[in-house]
Amino acid sequence: MATFTLNINGTKQEVDVDPSTPMLWVLRDHLNLVGTKYGCGIAQCGACTIHLDGTATRACMLTVSSVGNSEITTIEGLSEEGDHPVQKAWLEVDVPQCGYCQAGQIMTASALLEKNPNPTDEEIEMAMNGNICRCGTYTRIKKAVKLAAKS
Amino acid sequence: MTLVKTKIGRRAFIRNTGLASGGLVIGFSWLASCKMTPEQVNSLPKEWFELNGFLKVGDNGMVTIMSPNPEIGQNVKTSMPMIVAEELDVAWKNVMVEQAPLNTDIFTRQLAGGSQSIRQGWESLRMAGATARHMLKDAAAQAWGVPADEITTKDGVLTHEASGNSAGYGEMASAATSIEVPEEVQLKDNGNFSIIGTDKKNVDGKEIVTGKPLFGLDVYKEGMLTAMIVHPPAFGMKYKGMNADAVKSMPGIKDVFHFEVYPEGIEKQWSDQGGIPELVAIVGNSTWECMQAKKSLEVEWEQDSTAESTSYHEEALAELLETPSETPARKDGDVDAAFAKAAKIVESTYSAPYLAHNTMEPMNFFAHVTPEKAELLGPIQTPEFAEKTVAARLGMPLEKIDIMMTRMGGGFGRRLYGPFVIEAAVISQKMNAPIKLVYSREDDMTQGTYRPSYKVKYKAGLDENGNLIAWHVRGAGTNDDLIFENRFPAGAVDNYLAEKHSLQTNVTTGAWRAPRSNFVAGAEQAFMDEVAEAAGKDPLEFRLELFDRAINNPVGDPEQNDYDPERYAGVLKLVKEKANWGAETGKARGVAAYYCHNSYVAQVIELEDGGDMPRVDNIICAVDCGIVINPLAAKNQIEGGMIDGIGHSTYSAMSFEDGKPQQSNFDTYRLIRHSEAPKNIEVHFVDNGIDPTGLGEPSLPPAIAALSNALYKATGRRFYKQPFINDKPPLVG
Ligand code: FES
Ligand code: FES
Repeated sequence: MATFTLNINGTKQEVDVDPSTPMLWVLRDHLNLVGTKYGCGIAQCGACTIHLDGTATRACMLTVSSVGNSEITTIEGLSEEGDHPVQKAWLEVDVPQCGYCQAGQIMTASALLEKNPNPTDEEIEMAMNGNICRCGTYTRIKKAVKLAAKS
Repeated sequence: MTLVKTKIGRRAFIRNTGLASGGLVIGFSWLASCKMTPEQVNSLPKEWFELNGFLKVGDNGMVTIMSPNPEIGQNVKTSMPMIVAEELDVAWKNVMVEQAPLNTDIFTRQLAGGSQSIRQGWESLRMAGATARHMLKDAAAQAWGVPADEITTKDGVLTHEASGNSAGYGEMASAATSIEVPEEVQLKDNGNFSIIGTDKKNVDGKEIVTGKPLFGLDVYKEGMLTAMIVHPPAFGMKYKGMNADAVKSMPGIKDVFHFEVYPEGIEKQWSDQGGIPELVAIVGNSTWECMQAKKSLEVEWEQDSTAESTSYHEEALAELLETPSETPARKDGDVDAAFAKAAKIVESTYSAPYLAHNTMEPMNFFAHVTPEKAELLGPIQTPEFAEKTVAARLGMPLEKIDIMMTRMGGGFGRRLYGPFVIEAAVISQKMNAPIKLVYSREDDMTQGTYRPSYKVKYKAGLDENGNLIAWHVRGAGTNDDLIFENRFPAGAVDNYLAEKHSLQTNVTTGAWRAPRSNFVAGAEQAFMDEVAEAAGKDPLEFRLELFDRAINNPVGDPEQNDYDPERYAGVLKLVKEKANWGAETGKARGVAAYYCHNSYVAQVIELEDGGDMPRVDNIICAVDCGIVINPLAAKNQIEGGMIDGIGHSTYSAMSFEDGKPQQSNFDTYRLIRHSEAPKNIEVHFVDNGIDPTGLGEPSLPPAIAALSNALYKATGRRFYKQPFINDKPPLVG
């Protein structure tokens, strides 16, 4: 066990956990931030996507000891009122089916748009390919990313 | 208007009206209390009045509608309350939706499966709304001293035109609780719907996109421990022993023990299918600590039954395809005689592997068992059955078992089977603590309950004019006999023979989205294309000819056929028109149609140019599911089903070596991804006013055939073996 001070959603948080603990479980089990989902644990599905200094990162393979002073943003911190352009577009297009993968999809999409405000279809697909949606909401996700890009 | 007796669920109406006659109903479920937005809190009424088990009206006119069925992403949590709201005549913006707990006294069939929630809920949901509306009208009639039948309602407002009286539902809600439940109620005419048939967004949308705790895995409670299981590494093995001492002292670990989920003699429900009788449990403070302990734990297993490999399944199924059945499932005319005189014979064999459900949210369940009661919370499609086994296993009466449902991160049939609920309950009882059982992805994927592996062989005979005169199908599946003998083209061919076999194996199987149809549709509709080609006819027209035959001059007793040929032909004609079938588009196209789970679906799939496995560019889909409750959600569901069919038939497979699953996570089990998904999808509905049927499954099966028929056009190859990505069929001709 070791103590880590983390910078999460703009707030300093202290946790006392094993240094090998992935951020996914630190967020979920220790900080009650359950919007970041577990899907595979091996960086294959994208359900656990967070922003690490603005870059979309899989929290399931990111150990707490490697985070240091980096800024972490989770779905809960993406916007205060749930009104980030990507979240709004997601609602407008009624993207979710079961909804389980969607926090990860939104985190990947918002990081993409931050770096590339007007992505082509191919760029959207390449950026989003690490995020599986078992319910098959892919066509609507692309529509929503494009809608968010416009706003 | 339609007058209906309030017999379905009447017990619910009476019992609850009685209970609620005091008026006030308080207390929100755990889920509702977590998910309330600030706007909702501000608009909360001071008092709620429960008019029946399905709904309560607040003193400010807000209405809470209970969604009785499990939500697995099929969107019933929006669509089912829409039906209640329609008959209640309340504005949708004033409706809040709550997931109902398991309560068999109030709700019938609280189950998600077979695309039946809407179809089977239709009548009782309408009645629940209409009954409450009737009671509100009666209350207003008494208050105003006017006849109830002169009162009209609209958007939650009662009006008596002649006297100039008007009141919101909220004002009459208290009085309505003491009104006698009517013997019969009037339902709206289809033409008067104002909510049904309109686009309504997912009621949980905001909570989903903001990451609120909605799912079973998101349950965290005071003092809760995490539990994980270790199951045998291969089918055919069972627990022998372990040395858990070293692991028990690992950080955060509370206990490691072997336990029986299903001891000898325990009464099981069908939903216990696939359950592993003995497991090892690891219980600790956190998920990561349990995962670490799981890695270090060495368990000894022993062989209990045959170690089966995929090569064995394939050979055994192939052998069954060569074995005539002594009791054919259906036999019309004489296929042998017809083949003997046929001008042309077409013959093909199709096959598909085992598939895992792979719901995005792995299996999990919360349990808190004390001597007084068992509190269970989580994602289960069949709570009613799980409750019975939990009671039997814990040795507690049913009344002491409380099951609540969370939103589910996918179902696809997997959560029909609830051994994990029993496991959670047993672990909690043993630990004497609240626990959340969590399956790792690997546990989930290698546990079993798979879509069976299938093979089917078709043989068709054509006369010299290209008419279909004989059809022989023989199918086999693992733990499942494959064929639906009374489905199309049964009834449209004079000489017809359907035979089926099941191969018993110890690799456990279960219902997987559109059971059997998910394979047989792809095979049958791809074969139909081959036959049409041999007949020298357009594949779509060839099918329509067969439906004409089934409509005008059906073979055998038409009652025996479990499809309506007019509705079947209807979706094909609609897709023909919408896709402009027959026109030269320059793209490779395939068509297919299928009927299952009471709905009819036809699709045209159009591919991009190039490559061995060209991507789907466009899907044009026509659906007949009767009245469409929520077109937006219906389209979403249909899109998802087609992508599921295309994805699994192209990329996915489970295989086994000596009983050991060879795929255990998404690095080895391939699922369709963004860049492989269809680029455009359009969905059209047949407008016929028939009572609604479900959409969770029917769009999946035909997509596989529409795809393989299009692939043939694009590549000149017929794909017979799923997953298509691994199939290297020869060029035809
Ligand atoms: S859980 Fe991290 S990528 Fe799947
Ligand atoms: S919405 Fe269910 S997994 Fe994406």
